[in-house]
Amino acid sequence: MSDSLVFHFDVDGDNFTSAGQASTQVKKNLRQLGLSPAIIRRVSIAMYEGEINMVIHANGGTADVVVTEEYIEIVLRDSGPGIKNVEEAMQEGFSTATDSIRSLGFGAGMGLPNMKRYTDSMKIDTVVGEGTTITMRVNLN
Amino acid sequence: MKVNDLLAHGFKALCLTDGDREIDGVYVGDLLSWVMGRAQMDNAWITIMSNVNVVAVASLADTSCVILAEGVALPEDVRETAEAKDVNILGSDDPIYETAVKLAALLN
Repeated sequence: MSDSLVFHFDVDGDNFTSAGQASTQVKKNLRQLGLSPAIIRRVSIAMYEGEINMVIHANGGTADVVVTEEYIEIVLRDSGPGIKNVEEAMQEGFSTATDSIRSLGFGAGMGLPNMKRYTDSMKIDTVVGEGTTITMRVNLN
Repeated sequence: MKVNDLLAHGFKALCLTDGDREIDGVYVGDLLSWVMGRAQMDNAWITIMSNVNVVAVASLADTSCVILAEGVALPEDVRETAEAKDVNILGSDDPIYETAVKLAALLN
């Protein structure tokens, strides 16, 4: 079995200023590993969208990134309200963000669609009232 | 065309950390997720948003520079974050459309 690298991050719940710290750190780590800019860009955008979602909707959570020789896996876990209708949430433009969130430039309803767009696979496990776990993979080959 | 080259055409340097970066295309938008989904690597990104999240988006989407149009000011704390993250930010006093048109002419 090949070696894998694991990075763990706590995502602060109500802090838009620090949102993106985990994805920025992952970007740095992946750069040090010598991965291509295109792969790094896909991983960091997908992860940033997930981070922002956790800040907007779920009062934070955790992010784990696993780097293997074959893929990069990002697992985002939160104990937020869950997603009532995943199909609806996956539609571009659908958003439940408030006006104050929108005034920051977020809430365009592009978060989940972007996460799907920039990864090779995405799985959403969500239970209303309990939380959401999103697992994304970007293949390296 | 390099980011530095814009300075000779009326664009102001608000935070210039990597002026040698090449500009390949332009994207215009203020909704951050929309920009992340559509802007291409090395694009110059024209926006009127100037909060700290713009720096994160520019860094992660790997745009060559952010151009704050309409004379929008860059808050000092955002400038400091941009400097720390190596994000180029320029300013334009022109409205967004004119800024984009000017840039298009320079790039062609």
